[in-house]
Amino acid sequence: MTTDAIRLYPGKPEKVYFFGTCLVDLFYPGAGLAGIQLLEREGIQVLFPQDQTCCGQPAYTSGYYDEARAVAAAQLGLFKEDWPIVVPSGSCGGMMRKHYPDLFRDTPQSDRAKEVAGRVWELTDFLLNVCHVHLEDVGEPVTVAMHTSCSARREMGIAEVGPRLLQQLGNVTLVEQVRPEECCGFGGTFAVRHPEISAAMVGDKVQALADTGAREFVTTDCGCLMNINGHTEKAGQGIAGQHIASFLWERVSGQGGKS
Amino acid sequence: MNQHNPTASQVQSFHPRAREALQNDQLRGNFRRAMDGLMGKRKAAFEGWDLESLRTLGAAVRQRALARLPDLLEQLESQLTSNGIQVHWATDADEACRIIRDICVAREARTVIKGKSMVSEEMELNHYLEAEGIEALESDLGEYIVQMAEQTPSHIIMPAIHMNTDEISELLHRKTGTDRSHDVNYLTASARQQLREKFMNADVGVSGVNFAVAETGTLCLVENEGNGRMTTTVPPCHIAVTGIEKVVPSLADVAPLLALLTRSATGQHLTTYFNMISRPRQPGEPDGPEAVHLVLVDNGRSGIYQDDELIDTLRCIRCGACMNHCPVYTRVGGHVYGTTYPGPIGSILMPHLLGLDETRHMPTASSLCGACGEVCPVKIPIPDLLVRLRRESVDGDSVHPGVVKGHGVKRGRWESLAWRGWQWMHANPGLYRTGTRMAARFRALQPASAGAWTRVRTAPRLAPKTLHQLMKQRADSNSSDNGGSR
Repeated sequence: MTTDAIRLYPGKPEKVYFFGTCLVDLFYPGAGLAGIQLLEREGIQVLFPQDQTCCGQPAYTSGYYDEARAVAAAQLGLFKEDWPIVVPSGSCGGMMRKHYPDLFRDTPQSDRAKEVAGRVWELTDFLLNVCHVHLEDVGEPVTVAMHTSCSARREMGIAEVGPRLLQQLGNVTLVEQVRPEECCGFGGTFAVRHPEISAAMVGDKVQALADTGAREFVTTDCGCLMNINGHTEKAGQGIAGQHIASFLWERVSGQGGKS
Repeated sequence: MNQHNPTASQVQSFHPRAREALQNDQLRGNFRRAMDGLMGKRKAAFEGWDLESLRTLGAAVRQRALARLPDLLEQLESQLTSNGIQVHWATDADEACRIIRDICVAREARTVIKGKSMVSEEMELNHYLEAEGIEALESDLGEYIVQMAEQTPSHIIMPAIHMNTDEISELLHRKTGTDRSHDVNYLTASARQQLREKFMNADVGVSGVNFAVAETGTLCLVENEGNGRMTTTVPPCHIAVTGIEKVVPSLADVAPLLALLTRSATGQHLTTYFNMISRPRQPGEPDGPEAVHLVLVDNGRSGIYQDDELIDTLRCIRCGACMNHCPVYTRVGGHVYGTTYPGPIGSILMPHLLGLDETRHMPTASSLCGACGEVCPVKIPIPDLLVRLRRESVDGDSVHPGVVKGHGVKRGRWESLAWRGWQWMHANPGLYRTGTRMAARFRALQPASAGAWTRVRTAPRLAPKTLHQLMKQRADSNSSDNGGSR
């Protein structure tokens, strides 16, 4: 799990593939749609292969490589042309970019996996560093906190990207939580295998976010979102989050894009 | 049998221990404050340094040393021997304990004073010697406290970090009659007083080793309290004990590792003491031990050496930064793991020392947040190794069959079946689309409760339409232009 020493961004392409992720598909489709609209706003044609399912990460991090490989292999064939693959998640993006080469090591699909991995970009990174997006804020003044997922921060190495996008928005005040780099306690199956420890972690994370005074937060990943929002809702802590793509689209389009 | 050997029931009790620790506000507070402090100090110590380059260098130094490990160990042995230091090899913890006992017995030694050594904890040396009628007293303040409390270290650098001043004061009062006090200096002075006498009377000093330099035959020892220097110079015999992985080729390799170690561990630019031991007392020298021994302990390490990935575990220089930055360790503390080395490094090391059957809880006790790998001064890919051990635990990869002792121990029929079902669903796009569409359609039937998840959270709510459906609709309503789908 190493970040690239140097990331070589491609030039802005005509088209991209969009890999929505299973969490977005089922629970936060609005975030996926917002991401697609943000890309289209940059004049990019977005291809959404209907045969996509899941990147395979849940099985991979649980140690079930055979099952993960079978599911990941079903995704490898979806991106036939040479377009970048944009993913609205640091976690699933990290799985595809960083772990597909390992998952397919010593298998016939090894080269293909490496080739696909090299084309995977996290959405906000792609918007900022490939599209060089300029966001014009049409929303009302608001204060938000941000939680960057651990995979976006450490695996993809893009901790600075979200805040830089938010700083483009004239009416948005970004406030920082204490220990911004600490995990929210989701960790996929970790939340199920070690529920008490996970609960303690998300409790502290929600407190840190609530202590900023913001009523809203944004995040790069729907796993964190589900975890943190689930806890704030249950505890009635008065702060609610959304995926950063939903928030950005809402700010630039003036349309409520809550997922 | 003196080897650390948790029973199955101890292993199974990880969850209850974790629950108990989480409910202990005092313990949680102790760890949170201590870890926050250590993280802050580390950050400040590396201020102005090109940390990434230094970590890359540290990793390279360790990798290069490991690549030549068998040769370096031979060189170390021959160099130490010609310096007058006797070298012993131990296959496992039990043999290492026996070697030390035999040295003590040959010298008719009754008392041993110890500097800090995690390998000796791994060997449970103190218990072994006590059973043989030899007193072994810890002289590192933290270890001294832990030994007095009849506990084990909860952190590899700060063994008593789980206790606060009040608890330590009470313990010292109860065990040594020291007046109760909040004054740390007073308590330390009291312990120092007690220890000083022990140093003067000990027959043997046992210490660890931070780096063993092959080219010169030098044993390097990093410490802050001076107890390491006392242990290695005051008693007439010094026995150093170390894992076989601690060897480096030359003195030049020590500089970057030392710079990384002290800053990563305690945020110090340099520790108060740095000892370099290369020979016993020579004729005409006024002090120093007349005999020096080195015990090189394998205890499962050479098994990891054979594997391209697992070998990275052996790079570790025992700084403890992975623990200090681990959100799981910070919440539950070191004792919950139930092993000599806790936290992230413990979770990738202990399975090799004890087998996965006895450490099955460890690889899963991580959210894979990556903080450990990010701070590791020698760039051990800890999260990747945790995933590797999860794979080993369930024998989940037919391309790369398990090799770690106890592999496959967690493979259960129901979980395997569940993942098979998951695969079937997600490797068949038509089935996936139908299944998710149905789930979305009948989302009103979604249960509000989802086990442990909903104890502290609401259940995630299925959206009325999946992204697949939304994109299909868009494509259909837009069929004149080709955008949006396929």
